[in-house]
Amino acid sequence: MQSVTETKNEFVPTIVAFCCNWCSYAGADLAGSSRLSYPANVKIIRVPCSCRVNPMFVLKAFQQGADGVILCGCHPGDCHYVTGNYYTRRRMSLLFGFLNYLGIEKDRTRVEWVSAAEGAKFSAVMNDFAKRINELGENKRLKDLRVKENGHE
Amino acid sequence: MNKTEEQIVKRAAELLDNKEVDKVIGWKKGEFCFDPSPAAFTSSDELKDFVYNDFCGANLSKYLVNECKSGGKIAVFLKPCDTYSFNELVKEHRVNKEKVKVIGVECHGKLDIEKIKSKGIAAVTGAEESGGKVAVTSLYGNAELDKNEVLLDKCLTCKGKKFAVADEIIVLNEMEETKNDRFSGVEALEKMSEEERFAFWKAELSKCIRCNACRNVCPACTCNKCVFDNNASGVATKAPADTFEEQMFHIIRAFHVAGRCTDCGECSRVCPQHIPLHLLNRKFIKDINRLYGEFQAGETDEGKNPLIEYRESDAEPSSAVNGEVRHA
Ligand code: SF4
Ligand code: SF4
Repeated sequence: MQSVTETKNEFVPTIVAFCCNWCSYAGADLAGSSRLSYPANVKIIRVPCSCRVNPMFVLKAFQQGADGVILCGCHPGDCHYVTGNYYTRRRMSLLFGFLNYLGIEKDRTRVEWVSAAEGAKFSAVMNDFAKRINELGENKRLKDLRVKENGHE
Repeated sequence: MNKTEEQIVKRAAELLDNKEVDKVIGWKKGEFCFDPSPAAFTSSDELKDFVYNDFCGANLSKYLVNECKSGGKIAVFLKPCDTYSFNELVKEHRVNKEKVKVIGVECHGKLDIEKIKSKGIAAVTGAEESGGKVAVTSLYGNAELDKNEVLLDKCLTCKGKKFAVADEIIVLNEMEETKNDRFSGVEALEKMSEEERFAFWKAELSKCIRCNACRNVCPACTCNKCVFDNNASGVATKAPADTFEEQMFHIIRAFHVAGRCTDCGECSRVCPQHIPLHLLNRKFIKDINRLYGEFQAGETDEGKNPLIEYRESDAEPSSAVNGEVRHA
């Protein structure tokens, strides 16, 4: 068994998960009631629809210290508001591609569709994402992007 | 005075004298030949200060947003690339096209004074392009330069010499199309590793002094209240509002204009730190073309832009980021 002192200085990433109230958030609930675990460092933020997530929210999460940001919404075609997640899909495709263009590791961002019935998927997705972020380590780049001392001149 | 300028001033005078318009928006001469600035002219007497030379790179369409607020009809001179911004402003209900007469003007590419100076030429008194050359006169003598070496960056990758909109045009000499690929700069960055890209952007974006010039000049940035205004400072357009926007400024701004940016190149032209801001906007343009089909903002003044549209068959973010190509 691992002792408490051994794990103490290990890096524990902060992960922000924006979850749609109608599906993924319920999926998280189901995961809980089915006794399926997901990492404790995943901080869930409940939103009325994945489309509510303004790209600024993602940036804000990173700026406030998140090492990874994941958005979970209803499967395309199943949106409670009919089409919200289709807009999310375009927005996040472009935003995440852009962040990667700036040199931010592409695995720090993710979108997954998880329905209310998919407690097992929710748990698997979160475990997998947390594992990947753990490998990537601390998110320094987005914070350093405009660090003046390191600019030219 | 060049022939095109003569024609433009003549037409402007006619319009004002006949009371066909109440105002003309054009370029006014500055201290030097290379610093004409956008200006509104309300009588034909004022037109003595009107200039149209190879330094008139400024896109005049954004000035219509304010000028349209007062009554009366306005004539505006727009180069081919500027007409796209005009359409986009009409589409977003920022400019009322009924009030505006668009006069398309000839353009053979505009010059970058910084590039001319960097050739060791000081005290420039005039410059005129013809063929592939630019004849520069200065207090210390004359010089002939290669046009491609002194054009504004935006003109090196000109979108084309088509006017997206124009009520009339003043074109005396045929305009030649530029053959350079607009996206080669973005592609070069995409081919780099994440580390290299990060180093490139960190070096570039760290130079930013947050003067907000790029935002102020941008025809797509016309919100009355902008997220980058600092209400507490009293000087609305200067100084960061908080560390969040200070750090994320370029990302937020590029996203705000994604799908609406016509690639007019004004941001890079005005940046005092020479940050290649067009490479940010063009990434979005390139990805939109790749994923959602070719789209040129401002091609028309109607229709929906790609970020307020969707298709059921759109790519998933994971494959989109990995370079999946999916067209219409
Ligand atoms: S981009 Fe094209 S139309 Fe616009 S100023 Fe340059 S050369 Fe002229
Ligand atoms: S114009 Fe250049 S220096 Fe000024 S705010 Fe924009 S990027 Fe920064």
